[in-house]
Amino acid sequence: MEKSKENLIQDVVRRSGVNPRKCMKCGKCSGTCPAYDEMEYHPHQFVYMIETGDIEPLLKSKSIYKCLTCFACVDRCPRGVEPAKLIESIRLSVIREQGNNHLTPQMIPELIDEEMPQQALVTAFRKYTK
Amino acid sequence: MKVSYFPGCTLKTKAKDLDEQARACAEILGVTLEEISNWQCCGGAFTTASDEIATKLSSVRALMEANKKGQPLLTVCSACHNVIKQTNVAMKENPDNFAFRANMNLAPDNYNGEAEVIHYLELLRDKVGYDKIKEKVVKPLEGLKVACYYGCLLLRPSKVMAMDDAENPTIMEDLVKALGGEPVYYAYKNECCGGYIALEDAESAMKKSQKISNNAKAQGADVIITACPLCMYNLKKHTKDVPVIYFTELLAKALGIKE
Amino acid sequence: MQRIGVFVCWCGSNIAGTVDVKAVAEALKNEPGVVHSANYQYMCSQAGQELIKDAIKEHKLTGIVVCSCSPRMHEGTFRKTAEAAGLNPYMVEIANIREQCSWIHKDIAEGTEKAIVLGRTAIAKVNLNAPLMAGESPVTKRALVIGGGIAGIQTALDIADAGFEVDIVETKPTIGGKMAQLDKTFPTLDCAACILTPKMVDVAQHEKIKIYSYSEVVDVRGFVGNFEVTIKKRARFVKEDICTGCGLCTEKCPQKKVPNEFNLGMDNRRAIYIPFAQAVPKVATIDPNYCTMLKTGKCGVCAKVCTANAIDYTQKDEFIDQKYGAIVAATGFNPISMEKFDEFAYSQSKDVITSLEFERLMNAAGPTAGKLVRPSDGKHPQKIVFVQCVGSRCAACAEKGKEYCSKICCMYTAKHAMLTRDKYPDTDVTVFYIDVRTPGKNFDEFYRRAAEEYGVHYIKGMVGKISPEGDKLMVRASDLLANKQINMEADLVVLAAAIEPDKSARPLATMLTASMDTNDFFTEAHPKLRPVESPTAGVFLSGCCQGPKDIPETVSQAGAAAAKVIGLLAKDKLKGNPCVAHSDEMMCNGCSSCEKVCPYGAITYEDKEFRGPNRTTLIRRIAKVNEAICQGCGCCTVACPSGAMDLKGFASKQIMAEVDAICK
Repeated sequence: MEKSKENLIQDVVRRSGVNPRKCMKCGKCSGTCPAYDEMEYHPHQFVYMIETGDIEPLLKSKSIYKCLTCFACVDRCPRGVEPAKLIESIRLSVIREQGNNHLTPQMIPELIDEEMPQQALVTAFRKYTK
Repeated sequence: MKVSYFPGCTLKTKAKDLDEQARACAEILGVTLEEISNWQCCGGAFTTASDEIATKLSSVRALMEANKKGQPLLTVCSACHNVIKQTNVAMKENPDNFAFRANMNLAPDNYNGEAEVIHYLELLRDKVGYDKIKEKVVKPLEGLKVACYYGCLLLRPSKVMAMDDAENPTIMEDLVKALGGEPVYYAYKNECCGGYIALEDAESAMKKSQKISNNAKAQGADVIITACPLCMYNLKKHTKDVPVIYFTELLAKALGIKE
Repeated sequence: MQRIGVFVCWCGSNIAGTVDVKAVAEALKNEPGVVHSANYQYMCSQAGQELIKDAIKEHKLTGIVVCSCSPRMHEGTFRKTAEAAGLNPYMVEIANIREQCSWIHKDIAEGTEKAIVLGRTAIAKVNLNAPLMAGESPVTKRALVIGGGIAGIQTALDIADAGFEVDIVETKPTIGGKMAQLDKTFPTLDCAACILTPKMVDVAQHEKIKIYSYSEVVDVRGFVGNFEVTIKKRARFVKEDICTGCGLCTEKCPQKKVPNEFNLGMDNRRAIYIPFAQAVPKVATIDPNYCTMLKTGKCGVCAKVCTANAIDYTQKDEFIDQKYGAIVAATGFNPISMEKFDEFAYSQSKDVITSLEFERLMNAAGPTAGKLVRPSDGKHPQKIVFVQCVGSRCAACAEKGKEYCSKICCMYTAKHAMLTRDKYPDTDVTVFYIDVRTPGKNFDEFYRRAAEEYGVHYIKGMVGKISPEGDKLMVRASDLLANKQINMEADLVVLAAAIEPDKSARPLATMLTASMDTNDFFTEAHPKLRPVESPTAGVFLSGCCQGPKDIPETVSQAGAAAAKVIGLLAKDKLKGNPCVAHSDEMMCNGCSSCEKVCPYGAITYEDKEFRGPNRTTLIRRIAKVNEAICQGCGCCTVACPSGAMDLKGFASKQIMAEVDAICK
């Protein structure tokens, strides 16, 4: 593995506090994920691909914006792996790069309706933008 | 009894009724909500990454103020509660890294998560007590079948939130019983409504919300209650036949505040 | 002055790989008292032992130090070697240069240096060793088996068949345990009752076996060969020797709404009951929590209908003291509570059941007479989902699950799936699994038959959520091989709940001073070589109290435990451990500190006359150690404020000499 990729994976893992090696590959995270259908890569794959060093497809995938951070996978994992934290860490690696914000203020008028609470906007900006 | 109160952005705007009902009911139950000064939006989501400091500082500031007054910090909005409580536990469990840096960033202070963070439901259950609420009920709900919706923010991560059993919570059901209603048990009460995904993928939020309301309806619900303005938005938008209301509205009705 | 021989073992490359054994032997030559030093590839081998024997004779050695593996491994071996050469066995010291040195060091220089220090330490001790003679104690030729499941039954039968008396203490009103609740047994599908109940009858009829049912052990005193045990025989309000087990009372009792624990609460029994038809002893028991007569004094129906006059509402708990030479723990297991796993909706739907409940539903003597129906509405289930590993292999949640694999679930789930498809070919059966683990004779073949011949669908992936909707159960799960999330409807869901040791095991272990692991399973004396013995002498282990296991394995272990007990009871005398406490009467001030901390009750006091100054006499109270009871734990030596108490073979000055040698 080339050095920069190795460093990136190390960063992602350290920042998340997740140890992918704890995973016993039972798939309960993906068996419980409410956003499964919207994802190209699923929670157990995030853990497995980070463990095997295959991070590029995850960085490019829209899946990192589909996680709802509902923590169902975190709470129900029998091994305490916490996939959602790993997904968040990968997303941060992407949006912390200059010009990589997933959401910009210009996009907002198109997306909202009358009833939408402020909470939706602040949360989305916190998740998608740096 | 006085508690420090963090209303949050939405309770000052789109969810004003939640704020007003909560304050009014608290007064009847002998609790004054003292809004803390100069609070700032919690950000709506707790960023789990260990190197995220700035995004958590508004919560730390609110916690410091409540701590100075020696009062618990109370929220009504599920999201604010989740963010503030997770921040507080991080301050406590991570003194060298996170708490040290947060203290350095704010006014010289040495706060390490000492404040108590409670949700309004915990105030009702643990500080006021459901027996006392029962006494104050003037218009019992008379067998109204209520599906209590928790979503994710109140319960998870369960080790941090520790409000109730994350897979079979009863804090809202027990409140409904105290108000004379009949709670409806349905498994989707702790499944995610889609949350902020509603902004860019309305269809995804719709699928999730419909699963929840369909499950509640299948189990015979007359009404769905929630504590979160974003859950309210998603569920209301995608639920037919059954009204979705804030839990405070039921409380206010039972206590005789609201028609 | 001692004449000490040092023997450094290579243990092949185990020690020699990271310790320069020749340098160690050379360095230790110069220690005080050492007159001979040697090294050899395998000191424990026949040739190695001969080398030691020859050296003892040739150099007139008075003590030896063997630098080798842990004393737990070969201390006994080398003591015998020394004894054969005419040396007192307690003049042997082991320096553990394997587990505590070579195995944990990588650098040869470091390993060698440490090995020399450890050798020097043992030499310092041997210099102060004195020959010790072990005392003898008699053996009570009677065994106690705690727990009357298949493990306890088999152990008791094997001991009794060898001609020794055995008592079984069982907390339930009948023996039989979990196996009595099972329907069929894997992998041969014999009916559990058909193979178990004859054994239960054998127990009842065996002249050497006595059953204390509805009883528990409340106190254990003494030591190997000489245990004294108090058994509490709970009042069952029925005279056991008179009751004929006719069952009339259990039909006439008006209190009908008592959850039947034998059927896991899926139906009701009366307040007076016999757990099941083949119960042993077949006598009725009154449940005091539900009996109207016992609670209010108004009823007495059972006494009226009993033709044998066996009912006695005034019966009290009885305490029985009995002596035993050996004790076998066979306390068994229970499925864990599903309360904390409500993502599977166990508390929300009657149609989500555990595997043990499924056994009862399939059992001809069960609540449905063997008809598989949904507990909620009595309808025949068309789609059945089995979920494996619920609470097993669960490292994240110590407060609700278990980190270990429960071992039996893969096989009984295959059995359940197969039996369902066999009896009800119209049902659709799906098993969600993480791994299918089938190491056992004919086990994998059995599982494959379920999949291949009976058409059971096996899906690799865990279930994440079960939600009752109307009269259906929605199952959300992973299909890892298809990389899909599955959402399927089911009529019945069966959870393979993890198993845990019975709750009575922990207090029992405390009474027996037997050690346990963090999961409350009893610990073996050696995980491979002494698997049925507890490290506490005279205490043996049988069945699931030692770890999860299936019936064939339990029966094998039960027999092995019996063999160990028979070996012990066959002896007339036991050689004790001479490394016991001893009180210096000149220093003892009779303060009772030692007596208070002694876990074995080995210390008593006596008044002794001493000569005082100027021809006076004075009487002082001093401590006496009963060497037959003392186990040499050393608690008293630490508690003694005057330094009068010391441990033979581990005297304070010996220990201090060792510390000095390390610090030199």
